[in-house]
Amino acid sequence: MVGIVGFSRDGVGYIVVVALAVCLVCSVLVASAATFLKPMQTVNAKADRRSNILEVSGLPSGPDVDVNKLFNDRIESRVVDLSTGEYATDLEAEGFDQRDAASDPEKSIKIPAREDVADIKRRAKYAEVYLVNDEQGELQTIVLPVHGYGLWSTMYGFLALKPDANTVEGLKYYEQGETPGLGAEVENPRWRAKWEGKKVYGEDGEVQLSVIKGSVGSNTPNAEYKVDGLSGATLTSRGVSNTIHYWLGANGFEPFLKKLRNGDLAAEG
Amino acid sequence: MAQSQAMKVLTEPLVNNNPIALQILGICSALAVTNQVATALLMCIALTAVTACSNFSISLIRNHIPSSIRIIVQMTIIASLVIVVDQLMKAFAYDLAKSMSVFVGLIITNCIVMGRAEAFAMKEPPGLAFLDGIGNGLGYSLILILVGVVRELFGAGSLLGYQILPLASAGGWYVPVGMMLLPPSAFFIIGFLIWGLRSWKQEQVEEAEYQIHQVHRTEVV
Repeated sequence: MVGIVGFSRDGVGYIVVVALAVCLVCSVLVASAATFLKPMQTVNAKADRRSNILEVSGLPSGPDVDVNKLFNDRIESRVVDLSTGEYATDLEAEGFDQRDAASDPEKSIKIPAREDVADIKRRAKYAEVYLVNDEQGELQTIVLPVHGYGLWSTMYGFLALKPDANTVEGLKYYEQGETPGLGAEVENPRWRAKWEGKKVYGEDGEVQLSVIKGSVGSNTPNAEYKVDGLSGATLTSRGVSNTIHYWLGANGFEPFLKKLRNGDLAAEG
Repeated sequence: MAQSQAMKVLTEPLVNNNPIALQILGICSALAVTNQVATALLMCIALTAVTACSNFSISLIRNHIPSSIRIIVQMTIIASLVIVVDQLMKAFAYDLAKSMSVFVGLIITNCIVMGRAEAFAMKEPPGLAFLDGIGNGLGYSLILILVGVVRELFGAGSLLGYQILPLASAGGWYVPVGMMLLPPSAFFIIGFLIWGLRSWKQEQVEEAEYQIHQVHRTEVV
């Protein structure tokens, strides 16, 4: 049988022409879909992140809320240099992606194995923090991005602290791949509610907040530092504990939180 | 004639020649995305669209595809369509698309799409191939939705996110079956579905590949 333009259908020339034509048409299709839909996707991804931040800080975040307006009115995004705890002067919050930075050797550090309690291998030198102000412009909540390894996956979430930088306002995981019904219950609102009001740092200034095995009763000693474990998900619970210990510890946000507590941070970076 | 053939191509894959129940294709995604009806529905729409469009485009150029590279040409077309569908989902159904993670991308490897391209679209005209894609997509959807309904109802007490059975943990009476939320439960449900379907439509029972030899006392072996 004779194909187009007189080539024999099984000749090498014909095969190359057909292969090229198919690839060309397909790549144009894929490229145009990606280009035309990109703006909408970016808007979605940003709105999703923002609505998670609103939710963890206790602001309304339902489908009928104008997420972007509320976010712009009440939340200030800042980039913090984790080693000094100061606001980064040369980085804008807009366009900074901590996750990209964590995989870029230029912008991240390798965590020594013995310090790597959250099992994340590398972390970005800088981190984005969100300062939530109340309607009068006073600081109401501090939202910190945290992540750490659970049982199967790296779990990404936000931890919200009250202005004393010690009391938990909420914890929300927005991306995790733990076992459904067991470890994936880290997203369960009833479990998340148990975090509110817990204290992070003990008298000695060390991170005390932990997820324990079993549940916290009225006669548990130091109950304000303990959160119920997830039943059937010991390793996920331990992962959450480790994440908190790493990110609120000396290698994480501790320097920043200390400065914030003492009022040492310049209001304008 | 043409119309009845079109009807046949469209409806045959629903029950009589169901891609999951009879041909046992596309099981992987049927296990993975059916713990909620909403994700199952989105997967159905995605797969039906991909199968129909890939069937159509492959059938359109079927007389020009050299047989030595036909599989890779089919794969290229299917892969491109899957990427387009994935991009569309991220733009229009972001939250659901997020919960389906890699499984949209894995439509590329779904045997139904490849199977229909190779078995049907390479031989039949574009219109009919398109209908065949829709039909097979719907057959897949039928099973996926059934499995999704069972899993979400018994695993979480809800359908499409609306609470149907009040959960014991929220003051109701229903204690959810945690197993239903895990992929193995879909294996059992699909197994029961196939059993039911083959009891109803006896002609779908495959002939055994071996014979169970019954030895009677009187028989000399």
